[in-house]
Amino acid sequence: MTENPKLTKKDFASDQEVRWCPGCGDYAILAGVQKTLVDISAKPENTVFISGIGCSSRFPYYMNTYGMHTIHGRAPAFATGLKLARPDLDVWVITGDGDSLSIGGNHLVHVLRRNVNLQIILFNNQIYGLTKGQYSPTSDVGQVSPSSPYGSVDQPVVPVRVALGANAQFVGRSFDVTRNLPILLRAARDFEGTGFVEVLQNCPVFNDGVFELITDRKAGKQRQLWVEHGKPLVTLDGTYGVRLNKNELRVEVVKMEEGVSTEDLLLHDETNRNLAWMISDLPEIKALGILFRNTSAPVYDAAVRQQLQMAKDKLGEGDMNALLRSGHTWTVD
Amino acid sequence: MQETTREDLDSVVIRFAGDSGDGMQLTGSQFTSATALMGNDLATFPDFPAEIRAPAGTLYGVSGFQIHFADHDILTPGDAPDVLVAMNPAALKVNLPMLNRGGLVVVNRGAFTKSNLKKAGYEENPLDDNTLDPFRVLDLDISKMTLEAVKEFDLGAKAAGRCKNMWTLGLMFWLFGRDRQSTVAWLREKFAKKPKVAEANIAALNAGHIYGETAELPSGIGAYNVPKATLEAGEYRNIDGNLALAWGLTHGAKLANIPLFYGSYPITPASSLLHNLAKLKNFGVATFQAEDEIAAVCAAIGASFGGSLGVTGTSGPGVALKAEAIGLAISTELPLIIVDVQRGGPSTGLPTKTEQSDLFQAVWGRNGDAPLCVLAASTPGDCFFRAIEAVKIATKFMTPVMLLSDGYLANGAEPWPIPDLGQIDDFPVSFYEGEAEGFHPYLRDEETLARVWPIPGTPGLQHRLGGLEKGQDSGNISYDPDNHHAMTELRAEKIQRIAQILPEATLDSGEAGADLVLVGWGSTYGAIRQSCERLREQGKNVAHIHIHSIWPLPRGLKELLSSFGRIIVPEMNNGQLAALLRAELGVNAESYAKVAGQPFRIAELTDEVARRMENAS
Ligand SMILES: Cc1ncc(C[n+]2csc(CCOP(=O)(O)OP(=O)(O)O)c2C)c(N)n1
Ligand code: SF4
Ligand SMILES: [Mg+2]
Repeated sequence: MTENPKLTKKDFASDQEVRWCPGCGDYAILAGVQKTLVDISAKPENTVFISGIGCSSRFPYYMNTYGMHTIHGRAPAFATGLKLARPDLDVWVITGDGDSLSIGGNHLVHVLRRNVNLQIILFNNQIYGLTKGQYSPTSDVGQVSPSSPYGSVDQPVVPVRVALGANAQFVGRSFDVTRNLPILLRAARDFEGTGFVEVLQNCPVFNDGVFELITDRKAGKQRQLWVEHGKPLVTLDGTYGVRLNKNELRVEVVKMEEGVSTEDLLLHDETNRNLAWMISDLPEIKALGILFRNTSAPVYDAAVRQQLQMAKDKLGEGDMNALLRSGHTWTVD
Repeated sequence: MQETTREDLDSVVIRFAGDSGDGMQLTGSQFTSATALMGNDLATFPDFPAEIRAPAGTLYGVSGFQIHFADHDILTPGDAPDVLVAMNPAALKVNLPMLNRGGLVVVNRGAFTKSNLKKAGYEENPLDDNTLDPFRVLDLDISKMTLEAVKEFDLGAKAAGRCKNMWTLGLMFWLFGRDRQSTVAWLREKFAKKPKVAEANIAALNAGHIYGETAELPSGIGAYNVPKATLEAGEYRNIDGNLALAWGLTHGAKLANIPLFYGSYPITPASSLLHNLAKLKNFGVATFQAEDEIAAVCAAIGASFGGSLGVTGTSGPGVALKAEAIGLAISTELPLIIVDVQRGGPSTGLPTKTEQSDLFQAVWGRNGDAPLCVLAASTPGDCFFRAIEAVKIATKFMTPVMLLSDGYLANGAEPWPIPDLGQIDDFPVSFYEGEAEGFHPYLRDEETLARVWPIPGTPGLQHRLGGLEKGQDSGNISYDPDNHHAMTELRAEKIQRIAQILPEATLDSGEAGADLVLVGWGSTYGAIRQSCERLREQGKNVAHIHIHSIWPLPRGLKELLSSFGRIIVPEMNNGQLAALLRAELGVNAESYAKVAGQPFRIAELTDEVARRMENAS
């Protein structure tokens, strides 16, 4: 047999026409995921995408892999069942900010705390796209939308903070149009446990430019804080840094030009959950990359499998005839 | 030891009643085990409050366990008790009205304190006035005699007092000639780590027994014997509905040759199904205690997508939560079993009481035209076979199956002839592995209309499933109006075809063309069957049909029903099957509804049917 030729991005695209609005950030994420699968030499037949409902959740239809477009908010539960039944599969959950943080908030928390071995990509456009632009749980206070004509008065959640609070063991953040996305996705996929990745995604139709300050190809460099384990916390072009205020036990964003030296800055420690929390919602700048990673946490599906195996080793393969006769039985002649 | 002469009885109904904390369920189930070992036929009915430990002494905190045992074939736990064991005033107050006149009351006078009498609403002590005159009474200070019996173990007053149920059980064992050995063994196992507690309980059990042997019992009360039943030859065990379901599902998955995945969220009276299955890991059964009922069903569907048999179990409120996901399983045409162990509703309703009021929810309770198969088990033992049938239908027809049980079946136990598994045919699943060329996931079997079941991991057959309507010829998303109409009809037709592999409508008893037929489903089986027998003994021409598939209905049901002069449908709901039969078959089905959280009594059923027959003539 000959070596299989290396697959290309095209091999991971299904024959279905992609139907997001022109300019939607979802296109870039789709391309980023397909590139990741090429990079890791994924097998299409062993890869499964499971989504909820929303614009973002149409994603599986565009992948030439196995997939399920399920119901609103519940993708993590389907994925957990699949992963328990089939640990051999590489399972990816695709979800939106409404899907995973409104209706599906419960399931997101539980898949993360269990640390099921799968990846979650949360497309955060701070809006309900599919239902035509209502504010979402990540929308800013004041967001004007059809359901909040006077501006939203809901306090938003920070998705990576929900994840950190739920005891997620891998928490990353990126955005749609960056070349770095496949690097983060690959790290999430290599992680044993739930790899949670929030992707800031532009919805040009209902929430255009919400992340522009961060994602703009030029100006964004000022505000992108790509964190790396052991390296100082400083933005891409060196404008801002992050320093620890030891007296107050807080971090503060400082302008490097105001006489701050790199030595004064905090070093990123991806194993420190508290640090991840502190840098996850900074003023002016956005921490991106792997905010938190703990490679020593137990993995749920592995533990479940292990118990099944242990029971077999200890009791032997189940025998239904013997089971039916367990406890008291009696014979009538 | 002096020889006791025992009076032979052909059947006895005993009701054990006390505070929730008095251990009445344990006492009852120990009496049941010993009785099963004696070779009697039996049926039991645990009847307990929703509160785990309701305040002691209150009327609503009374927990009961009824057992009916006989020297002949019986099907129900009995209408009215012949013997009432009342551990406190509240238990006496709640249960005395049910007792047959002349019945035997065993009371623990020690618990008839001023404050307990007050909590039960007695102004006078009923042991000292004429309340108990119509009955035979064994008036004993069980509390005191128990303390005496366990004195040497130094347990402390509270723990010592807890042994009084074993004292009582010992006495009941003597009165009805049951062997103590199974309970002694059980106590030693249960308290293996606390041998002192085990021995104290055994001492109490023995003391109760010795009391029976040696004490001078009041006249009219003697020792009894209920001879062995002439059950069909074979090996027997006791089984309750949720155990039978767990084993049936496990065996069904084995016959289908796929692993069983059970996702569930605890809810009365379905929880023990999760407990039972969680023990079967060496059978390859994976159980998942989900964060809620929605996650439980979704995980089961995810497992089915991967090639397992996804099963989820719950009660009515949980089925309501699962409805949207069940719709997805209908749309994606994946195998799924939803077990609904029904309880009183609506809303939280009567969690620990039985009812059959989820029939409409099972058949119609989803958005859209969303048909699935609905089966109903009729006895605890039948749960085993019905579960296997559900697995067969789910995998053969690629469809969700709703399997209805109820609180009465779940908790009630009956002796069960252990089935010969060799007699049950297997139905192995073969996952689709055809050519990639021309493949789509909605390719169908012409006969069953089931779609193919290719699973992830199969090269070349990558596909996406989802809840959006799909084109019947491509499996791709389709908004085409005619296609949607066609798919709706196809989904309905597929479910109707299940009737082809199910038994045709048959009579359970009586003859076609009788004046009246009683049509039942589910756990009312025993009561309807025996009341039909009594009605025929009264010279009335009645028949009985019991339905095990609610959707689709059995083939030939309409023709069979048309032969009867009158159709009455007794149900523990407000007339749901009756309405369904009228709507689907256009027959004149009359409802006889009982929605009391309690099963039908044979006598009330017999009397009501007789009354209706007389009124009509
Ligand atoms: C049970 C249920 N409720 C409501 C909806 C309607 N609905 C579909 S998508 C959606 C919000 C999606 O928002 P988000 O998850 O942010 O995804 P996006 O479209 O922005 O990618 C809603 C409310 C639904 N499909 N199902
Ligand atoms: S509505 Fe917004 S999120 Fe949805 S496809 Fe269009 S641009 Fe993308
Ligand atoms: Mg959104």
